[in-house]
Amino acid sequence: MTLLAVERIKLFSTRSPWWCVVVAVGLTVGFTALMSGFANEQGTVTVGFTQFSYQFGLMVLMVMAVLAVTTEYRFGTIRTTFQTAPNRAAVLTAKALLVAVLAGVVALAAAFLSFWVSDLLATNSDLSLSGADAWRNVAGTGLVAFLAAVLSVAVGILLRQSAAAVTVVLVWPLLVEGLVSLIPRIGQDIQSWMPFVAAHHFLFGGQPDSAEAAMMMGMSDVPYGPWAGIAYFGAISVGLFVVAVITASRRDA
Amino acid sequence: MSAVNLISAESIKLFSTRSPWWCNLLAMVLPVGFATAAVLSWPTDVPISVTEVQMGYQFGMMLVLVMAALAVTTEYRFGTMRTTFQAVPGRSSALLAKTALVAGVAGLVGLVAALGSLGVASVLHPVSDLGLGTADELRAVLGVAPVFVFSAVIAVAVGLLVRQSAGALALLLVWPMLVEPLVSVIPTVGEHIQQWMPFVAADHFLRGERSMIADPVLSPAMALAYFAAVSVGLLAVALVVARRRDA
Amino acid sequence: MIEVEHLTKRYGRTVAVDDLSFSVRPGRVTGFLGPNGAGKSTTMRMILGLDRPTSGTVRIDGKPYRELDRPLTRVGALLDAKWVHPNRSARAHLRWMARTNRLPNRRVDEVLETVGLSGVADRRAGGFSLGMSQRLGIAAALLGDPEILMFDEPVNGLDPEGILWIRQIMQRLASEGRTVLVSSHLLSEMAQTAEELVVIGRGKLIRQCGTAQFVDEASGATIRVRTPQVERLRGALHQEGIEVRDEVVDELPTLVVAGTSSERVGEIAAAQGVVLHELSVQRGSLEQAFLQLTNEAVEYHAHDGATTGNEGTDR
Repeated sequence: MTLLAVERIKLFSTRSPWWCVVVAVGLTVGFTALMSGFANEQGTVTVGFTQFSYQFGLMVLMVMAVLAVTTEYRFGTIRTTFQTAPNRAAVLTAKALLVAVLAGVVALAAAFLSFWVSDLLATNSDLSLSGADAWRNVAGTGLVAFLAAVLSVAVGILLRQSAAAVTVVLVWPLLVEGLVSLIPRIGQDIQSWMPFVAAHHFLFGGQPDSAEAAMMMGMSDVPYGPWAGIAYFGAISVGLFVVAVITASRRDA
Repeated sequence: MSAVNLISAESIKLFSTRSPWWCNLLAMVLPVGFATAAVLSWPTDVPISVTEVQMGYQFGMMLVLVMAALAVTTEYRFGTMRTTFQAVPGRSSALLAKTALVAGVAGLVGLVAALGSLGVASVLHPVSDLGLGTADELRAVLGVAPVFVFSAVIAVAVGLLVRQSAGALALLLVWPMLVEPLVSVIPTVGEHIQQWMPFVAADHFLRGERSMIADPVLSPAMALAYFAAVSVGLLAVALVVARRRDA
Repeated sequence: MIEVEHLTKRYGRTVAVDDLSFSVRPGRVTGFLGPNGAGKSTTMRMILGLDRPTSGTVRIDGKPYRELDRPLTRVGALLDAKWVHPNRSARAHLRWMARTNRLPNRRVDEVLETVGLSGVADRRAGGFSLGMSQRLGIAAALLGDPEILMFDEPVNGLDPEGILWIRQIMQRLASEGRTVLVSSHLLSEMAQTAEELVVIGRGKLIRQCGTAQFVDEASGATIRVRTPQVERLRGALHQEGIEVRDEVVDELPTLVVAGTSSERVGEIAAAQGVVLHELSVQRGSLEQAFLQLTNEAVEYHAHDGATTGNEGTDR
């Protein structure tokens, strides 16, 4: 608990997390509003449609999670941190938990705000949050952001350097996972097992607009269900985090 | 102050630290690696096209964006930008020299990546008649160089405006990889707006009919001119801001 | 010659430098003295054209810095020894600087030799100790063999050997006829190196004068007099218009006289036939006096340091 409180003070006493939070919500909701405004004439706004821009918020929150770690290395405060609490695993877990909860809450807020804004603007469509699938789509973004933040913290711990870590957490989901599918024959099979593709499948798989959502990621059918997808994504995030913690415990601070 | 000296000074800076070497190396290796993977998994009896071999250029472009932005933002981070402005108080000439060098290196990297991809593919896939015979093929391969050049100019400009590595990189990576593709999702106007997105235009220049634009207004050559104009415009704004601002 | 005229720099509502005018002449070390946060570094950055003044001008030998051709050959400066890329070698750092001003690579080797870094020139600057970084910064300042040199708090954090080395190099540079401006927040340090002082507090000029003169005035020398004929001497001094204060020192009644010399007090006493048991000049501590002088001008007071920040200038 103390460790969590300490990490909370550290996170919120600098400006960049605040910026990240504002930008994450602003971009996601703003883009959804823009899309819904134009889509209204056609009356084609679905629950999934209101969540298409979740990636904006997700990317910004991942950058925030990375910076929460790498700025500590940059300014040398990680040494102070390890000095005040020599159990590195506990400190890093507290940090990851805090950042992940924040990311999850912000993503949830962005998701529901997006839904609400769409509902307001898309007067010709009949939007309602009913059924487990619709809830998975909207509330699920919180879970995805939570796990993506854990993964980003892990990348930050491993690379210790803002530029490299930011590049990795952005280029991997946005470019590598998409381009992989272009490799002939085997590309699409490999892509099915890419972590962010699995997370995307968790949100949009089995939804009325799943085909359109899949096209956004350039992905084809995946051989598992939505909940298996998030379990797989979670396993990868937590696995990478464990590797990162072991590395940090062995390494000189 | 002569341009040659300033460019030479910038090249000492760029090549006396490790990260530009890594970025440039990866920017050449990743596209070639992608071409290798594509060709190896392609059926051996069906010809592959030059455009398909060059698909991995985006990896190289992202790393070029990173390299060019860091060339500026690390100078701000470590205070050497102040030393630079102390040595060249006009500022613009030093920043133009940096842009010229970084863009030139990016162009070379693009050329090596594109020719390397083509070379590897023709060796590994002899059935395909991979060459630079048609205008489309020439553009798809040699065109990577100017696209990397102007990408680097954009990255330098963004670096000058943002002055901070994490912010500049987030912007430079999210913009071409997420914002530009997602714009097409906007109903009615999305696809029309999308072709005026700078990196989509660059892609259109390289891949012509195979690019993601359904109904292009600009010809491929004009698309490159548009991309160049955007990058130079952004640089002009960045130079004006950098001159006015406290270092 | 550096001429600063009516220089002002505002950051929002905070005034960092306030209508500051002074000049720095060649052939001597000029100390730029003021407490932390007085605006010394901001002024130096404006001299170098790095920060844009809100108003006022700076001229280097008659020209603004931004109009100098090959400025490193005119002005050398060490503002912050950490302004070096940590993964770049000392030699590479100096080489790119030399190239911008068309200086030969030979100069790089020469200045490395001068500051004693030749042996570690190819090691990454990030691994340097503070003393070595400071030497590298001085090498960079000397690179263009400039007539004017500026150093911002060059001895901060150095060991005694490093401090001595910096003092010597500054005095040597001045004796070669160069203009040397050195900032510090310590009067005792300046008293050792500088011949002339520019004293500022809260961005305003307090004094520009010789160091010895400033030290005399700042320490406000007083004269302590003990005599069995206290009333008589007090009356005589009053008649001459001299200020007298009563104090008890070591349980003995004592007169403390200010604003005159011990000679004059002795003469007055002799004329009146007053017996003196003690006549001595008392000097206060330099730092004490300096603090007193800049007191109203200090932005951050220790006792209310937590709340002053931006409001500092409103008081």
